[in-house]
Amino acid sequence: MTIHNLYIFSKTGILLYYAEWNRLNKSGITKEEEAKLMYGMLFSIKSFVSKISPLDPKEGFLYYKTSKYTLHYFETPSGLKFVLNTDNASQNARELLQQLYREVYLEYVVKNPLCQLNEPIQSELFKIKVDELFKKSPLFLSRSL
Amino acid sequence: MSRTGTKLDAKKVNSELFTLTYGALVAQLIKDYENVEDANKQLERMGYNIGIRLIEDFLARTGSGRCYDFRDTAEKIQSGFKIFLGITPSITNWSPAGDEFSLCFETNPLTEFVELPDNCSNLKYCNILTGVLRGACEMVQMEIACWFVQDQLKNDNITELRVKFVKRLEDAIPAGED
Repeated sequence: MTIHNLYIFSKTGILLYYAEWNRLNKSGITKEEEAKLMYGMLFSIKSFVSKISPLDPKEGFLYYKTSKYTLHYFETPSGLKFVLNTDNASQNARELLQQLYREVYLEYVVKNPLCQLNEPIQSELFKIKVDELFKKSPLFLSRSL
Repeated sequence: MSRTGTKLDAKKVNSELFTLTYGALVAQLIKDYENVEDANKQLERMGYNIGIRLIEDFLARTGSGRCYDFRDTAEKIQSGFKIFLGITPSITNWSPAGDEFSLCFETNPLTEFVELPDNCSNLKYCNILTGVLRGACEMVQMEIACWFVQDQLKNDNITELRVKFVKRLEDAIPAGED
């Protein structure tokens, strides 16, 4: 099981944080362009899901899967978006994202008055804690693919 | 502020310390602005800045989703008071349209040991709460208005906070290529 990379978007679509661990294929565009592309796609999927759903969509879009990887999506009611790419064998990635929100984002961004909420996160402490959380997760195996 | 553990346990704080700290804040504002109206405004603004952060704490703790309707909102606000101030205000006086309600406080930890002097009769001592509610609701796509109609500090029996639903804010769309 492997974690590839992580995106955090604010509710206005600003890329707050990006981190990668095992990523072999580069997109070939700048990080900013990639983030815009990613956010645009997520936004489209979200509205697609809520329009096409035959029932009340409740939580809406949860994840998608390709032959090689799975993209997990977790959005808080306040519009924060956590996006995590893992391999297809990874279970409970959503729980991990909720944990990231509760134990890292809340503690080290929201409760840090020096962190602006709608700007890319600069805090070193936050970076360290994210890294720690992911590396101790059972989803994380540092073997290269 | 916790920097030690990642445990989620609510850090218990002595409410008297909180009450007195808030009192010091209000006293300082009145001194700085020399005008009660400005102090009211400033308290609301500070509350707003607290609210936009506090909502994240609330959501992370309760794991609640977006509100179905305004009654649901009222109950969530009530549980928020329970979590952060340890009190449970009652929800009453619904408007017929269901877009306005009152929160009634029999006890209020902010106003223990407080008496208003005569020259501060226009002071809304707890105005920070209106800001907190407005800021928190705005972050979950709801615009509300919020004000005090009764105040124990002004010799009413209870403290009553009126909350009115204004409108639903739209989700942000991605920024276009420019």
